[in-house]
Amino acid sequence: MIYYDFHIHSALSPCGDNDMTPNNIVNMAALSGLDAVAISDHNSAGNVRAAMAAGKKAGVTVLPAMEVETEEEVHILTLYPSADAAEAVAREVYNALPDIKNRPEIFGEQLIMDEEDNIVGTEEKLLISPAALSINRLFDMVKEAGGLFIPAHVDRHSYSVLTNLGFIPDDIDIRCIEVSRNTADLAAYIDSRPELAKYKVLRNSDAHYLGDIAQRDAFLEAGGIRDIFRILGG
Amino acid sequence: MKISELVKKLDLTVLTDSEYSDRGISGCYIGDLLSWVMGRAQSGDVWITIMNNINIVAVAALTDCACILLCEGVSAPENIVNKADEEGIIILQSEKTAYQLACELSAEIQK
Repeated sequence: MIYYDFHIHSALSPCGDNDMTPNNIVNMAALSGLDAVAISDHNSAGNVRAAMAAGKKAGVTVLPAMEVETEEEVHILTLYPSADAAEAVAREVYNALPDIKNRPEIFGEQLIMDEEDNIVGTEEKLLISPAALSINRLFDMVKEAGGLFIPAHVDRHSYSVLTNLGFIPDDIDIRCIEVSRNTADLAAYIDSRPELAKYKVLRNSDAHYLGDIAQRDAFLEAGGIRDIFRILGG
Repeated sequence: MKISELVKKLDLTVLTDSEYSDRGISGCYIGDLLSWVMGRAQSGDVWITIMNNINIVAVAALTDCACILLCEGVSAPENIVNKADEEGIIILQSEKTAYQLACELSAEIQK
């Protein structure tokens, strides 16, 4: 069994607290008894490698990830089998972002860190913008990279595939969705939207602050990390 | 007012192949969040939007709106046009903003 939290923002996301450093995140996850987490910053995988290295030391598996905003302003949680795969997609996403400079005093800082939590750079381009990529195009890119494509917080009012597109498009092969913590009773929620019953569901924290990282609560019946991809993508 | 008159008066581009000349228009709804449009657009409305995901076809069918009007030069990819033709949904297009189109439409309807 793997206890997980696959939606955590680091200090690279402008809205992520600056205390969300690679080591703080994985150590908090270890304290909470989590086996695996994912660092899923907005439209960037810039802190993925540092977090993976920090996770190794803390005994917590860190999956490479990214939360992409499509041109429909839908947030998609994407998980990858390797940092290389995440970074390859991240480069294309980055190039598809509008050329708007971050204003840290308004949006927050976008800090790039190493595995010792040293700040090694700041991202100048604003990461919380929609990439000029349709949901279908992103699906193809993630699939080609061997990753998982998971519509994020489908139950929320903003940046959700259900809000923006009305229902989950049936022309892409989506297997897994994320339901946010806003929905306490998952069974009742799925009952109210029976068309969602066929999807596997992830419950993540979408943490922007250390205190919001999940407790030992949601789990997958997986033996190892490869299993996670098999279970969620199958 | 008929869609054929609307196309002419507002100088719209017709993207789909379905017959539309005798279809009537009774109102207008503007919105891009499809979950909202599904519950609010009325039968006979011209639905003005910038959303060009394939789900717009299903939403138009569900609400029985008169047509979809893509504004601000947003185009519809081929798969959407094909799907619309299958469902008999009409998609129109314009370079104008939703506001300009709604103003012109309102003036025409009131004539």
